[in-house]
Amino acid sequence: MMDAVAAVVAFVAALATVTFVEMVVRITVPYLLAALGGAITERAGLVDLALEAKLLFGAFTAAAIAHDTGSIALAIAGAAVAGAAVGAVQALWAIRLGADQIVTGVALNLAAYGLTRYLLQVMYGQGSNSPRIDGIGAKVWSSPLTWLALVLTAVAIVMIARTRLGLRVRAVGERPDATAAAGVSVAGTRLAAVLVGSAIAGVGGAQLSLVVNGFVAEMSSGRGYVALAAVIMGGWRPAWVALVCLGFGAAEAVQVRMQSAGTGLPPELVRLLPYLLALVLLATLRGRGRAPAALGRGA
Amino acid sequence: MSAALVMRASKRFGDRDALVDARLEVAAGTVHAVVGENGAGKSTLLKIVYGLVRADRGQLAIGQRCDLARHGVAAAQALGVGMVHQHGMLVPTLTLAENAALGHEPVRRGLLDLAAARRDLARAAARLEQSLDPDACAGALSVGEQQRAEIVMVVARAQKLLILDEPTALLAPGEVDRLLALLRRIAGDGCAVVLVSHKLDEVAEVADAITVLRAGRTVAELARGVATREVARAMVGGEPPPTGAPPPLPPADAAVVLMVRGLAVHDLSGAATLRPGAGSAGGLRQVSFEVRAGEVVGIAGVEGNGQRELVQAVVGLVPAAAGRITLGGVDMTHATVAARRAAGLAHVAEDRHHHGLVLDATVADNVMLGRLDEVARGLTIDRTRVRTLAERALADLDVRPADPSLAARALSGGNQQKLVVARELGRAAVRAVVAAQPTRGVDLAAQARIHDRLRAAAAAGAAVLVISADLDELFALCHRVAVLHRGAIAGELAGDALRAADARATLGAWMVGAA
Ligand SMILES: Nc1ncnc2c1ncn2[C@@H]1O[C@H](COP(=O)(O)OP(=O)(O)OP(=O)(O)O)[C@@H](O)[C@H]1O
Ligand SMILES: [Mg+2]
Repeated sequence: MMDAVAAVVAFVAALATVTFVEMVVRITVPYLLAALGGAITERAGLVDLALEAKLLFGAFTAAAIAHDTGSIALAIAGAAVAGAAVGAVQALWAIRLGADQIVTGVALNLAAYGLTRYLLQVMYGQGSNSPRIDGIGAKVWSSPLTWLALVLTAVAIVMIARTRLGLRVRAVGERPDATAAAGVSVAGTRLAAVLVGSAIAGVGGAQLSLVVNGFVAEMSSGRGYVALAAVIMGGWRPAWVALVCLGFGAAEAVQVRMQSAGTGLPPELVRLLPYLLALVLLATLRGRGRAPAALGRGA
Repeated sequence: MSAALVMRASKRFGDRDALVDARLEVAAGTVHAVVGENGAGKSTLLKIVYGLVRADRGQLAIGQRCDLARHGVAAAQALGVGMVHQHGMLVPTLTLAENAALGHEPVRRGLLDLAAARRDLARAAARLEQSLDPDACAGALSVGEQQRAEIVMVVARAQKLLILDEPTALLAPGEVDRLLALLRRIAGDGCAVVLVSHKLDEVAEVADAITVLRAGRTVAELARGVATREVARAMVGGEPPPTGAPPPLPPADAAVVLMVRGLAVHDLSGAATLRPGAGSAGGLRQVSFEVRAGEVVGIAGVEGNGQRELVQAVVGLVPAAAGRITLGGVDMTHATVAARRAAGLAHVAEDRHHHGLVLDATVADNVMLGRLDEVARGLTIDRTRVRTLAERALADLDVRPADPSLAARALSGGNQQKLVVARELGRAAVRAVVAAQPTRGVDLAAQARIHDRLRAAAAAGAAVLVISADLDELFALCHRVAVLHRGAIAGELAGDALRAADARATLGAWMVGAA
C-alpha cells in the first residue's frame, strides 16, 4: 500500500518538470487552435465537423512550404491559407448550396485523408510521409507557434466578445432572421466567421507537422473531433474552450508519461485516459454554456 | 405634399399569391394605416419596403426610385427606413445595447464601443420617456418589454419612414395612447409613419389615411374621418361579424375547478429584487384566486407585472416558489406540464413562437402537439386521424390557407395565433383554459371566433382564465376581472361593478397603481 502511494507521489513529482510542461504545451497547441477556430465557426451557427480536414491540410501545406522555402513563417501562413481554403469549400456547400452541414464536414475530412495521401505521392513519390523538413522540432519556448497560439487565443476571445464581427457572429448563430432584419448579411457574416475560424484551425495543423519535422499521412488522427468536443465542453466560449484544451493536453501528456514510466496497466487502457477525461468533463461541464440556437440549421 | 413612399408589388410564396399588384402610397409627414384581415399581405408588403422580402414584380420609391431587384435591408436603412416587426426581432442572448448596435456598431480603436451603444440607447429611451436597462439580456424580458425596447431602437434610427407592424398588440391602454401621440409627433416632424393595426378605433384616432388590403390586393384607399364600420366593411368585403356578449353566469354553487392559493413565483426576468417604477415588478407575490366551472375570469394589467409568471406557474412551465395550485380539487403545484394537460388544462401561450408552435413543423403536426393520446395507434401515429383533426382545427377557426401540410412558419402572424387556439380548445375534455393574450394580432372576424370558442368552452363547463392587456376584450368575455400590479392582485371587479360606466377608469387606475 505504502509502496503504491510512494510510486504515485514519485510519478506526480516527476511530472512537475520543465520537460513535462513543454510536452503539455506542445500537445495542447493543435487542439487549442482547432477548437478556437471551431468555436468561432459554430458561434456563427455552422456545425464545424471539418476541423480534422483543416488540421490535416494545414499540416500538409506547412510541411510542403517548409520543404520548398525553408521558411517557418511562410509555412505557418500557408497553413492558415490552407485552413481557410477548406473553410471556403465548407462555406460554399453549407451556406451557398444549403447542403447538410454534418455530411459536408465528414465528406471534407474523408477527402482530406485521401487528397493529402495523393499529394504526397504526386509531389514526393511516396504515399505515407513527406521528406524530412527543417521544422521546429522539440523546441517549445523558442517556437513561434507557441506564442502565436497564445496570441490567437486572445484574438479569438476578444474577437467574439468585443468586435463588430464578433457581435454579428453571436447574433447570426442565435437568430439569423433577427440579424437579417438588423441589416446584417447572414451569409456574409457566416462566411467571415468560417474563414477566420478555419485559418486559425489551419495554423493548428502547422504545429503537427513542424514539430515532427515532416508530414505523416493522417497525422491529425482524430484531433479535429476531440477539438470539437472541447468546443462543446467549453460552452462555445473561447476562454473556456482554451481551458478545456489545456486539460486535454495535460491528460495526453500524462498518458504519454505513464506509458514510458511503465505503470503495469495495459497501454491500451492508458491511451484511453484523455478520452475518459473528456467524458467526465463532458458530463460535469454540460449546461455551463448553451449551443447557438441556430446551430446546424440552414438559412 | 411630397410622397415618402410609392410602391406597387406582387409576391408569390410557392404557388400562393401573397400580394397581387398591391399599391401603397404614403405622403411625407403623415401617419398612414394599413389594415386588412389576417393573411391579407400587410406584413409582406411592408417587409418588401424594408428590404426583408424581395418582391417578384413591382416598383418602389422611397423619396427616390429604388431598384427592387437589388433592394435590401441595408439599402432601406440607408434611405432612413426603420421597421418594428410584428414578431420580436431581438437576439435573445444579446443585451439590449448590443441588439441596438447590431448592424451599425459604434467602433472605437477597432473594438466595439459598447459604452457608446449603451449611451445611445439610454438617450433614445429617455427621449421617448421609456425606462429600460441597456444591459438587460433581451431574452430575459417579457414580449411586451421586448417590443417597447424595439420601438425605442427603431424610432431612434428611422428618419424618413417609420414602419410599425402591429406595435400596439402588446401595450397597455395608457401606453397605446402615448405611442399614438408619439407617432403623431414623429409625423409632425416630417417623418412618414406606416402603422399596421387590427384595432380600428386606434387607426381612426391616429391615421391621416388608410390603405385597406384584402387577399393581397389594395381594395380601398380611405381618407381621415371615414367611419370605422366603413373600414371594417372594406376589409372583409362584406358585413363584419357582430360581437358577442359574455356567456351566461354559472350557478353560484358551480364547483371550483382552478384554485390558486398564495402563489409566489420568482421573477422570470432574473432580477431578484423588486425594481421601482412600473413595468418590471419582480415576479408574483401571494396571489390567490379561483375560477369556477363555467366562469370566465380576466386578469388585466400592464405587461410585466407578473402575468407571465402567473401563466407559466399555472401551466407548469416554471416552479412555484410558494403557494398551491389545484385543478379539479387535485393538488397540481408540483405536477408536470404533461400531468396538468392530462388533467384537462389547455394553454393558449402568450408567445406563440416560443411556447405555442414548432415553426418548422407542419400545421398538422402542430395541431397534434400535446394531443398524441388522441392520434396514437399503438406505437404509431394514425396519420389519417392527424389530418382529420388538423382539418377540423383549421376549419374551426378559419385558419388560412387551410393546408395541413404547410409549415407553421408560412402562416401569417394572426393565422398562427388562430392555429394555437384551435389546437388548445379543440382538445378532448378541456376542464380549464389558460389563455394568455388569446387574440393578439388577429383580425376582427378571428377575434370574434376566438371569443366564441372561449365562451363555448365556459358554457361547456370549463373554467376559463383570460390574461389580456386589452380591456375591451376582458369586458366582452369575463364575469370577473382582476388586476395584477407589481406581482399582486390590486383589485377585482365583478357583476354590476364590471358593467358600470367607470369600470374602465377603476381598472386603469389599479393597473398603474394609482388607487
Ligand atoms: N415565408 C412565407 N412562406 C410562405 N407563405 C408565406 C410566408 N410569409 C407569408 N406567407 C403567406 O403570405 C400571405 C400574407 O401573409 P402576411 O404575413 O403578409 O399577412 P398579414 O396581412 O401580415 O397577416 P396578419 O394580420 O395575420 O399578420 C399569407 O397567406 C401567408 O400565409
Ligand atoms: Mg402580419
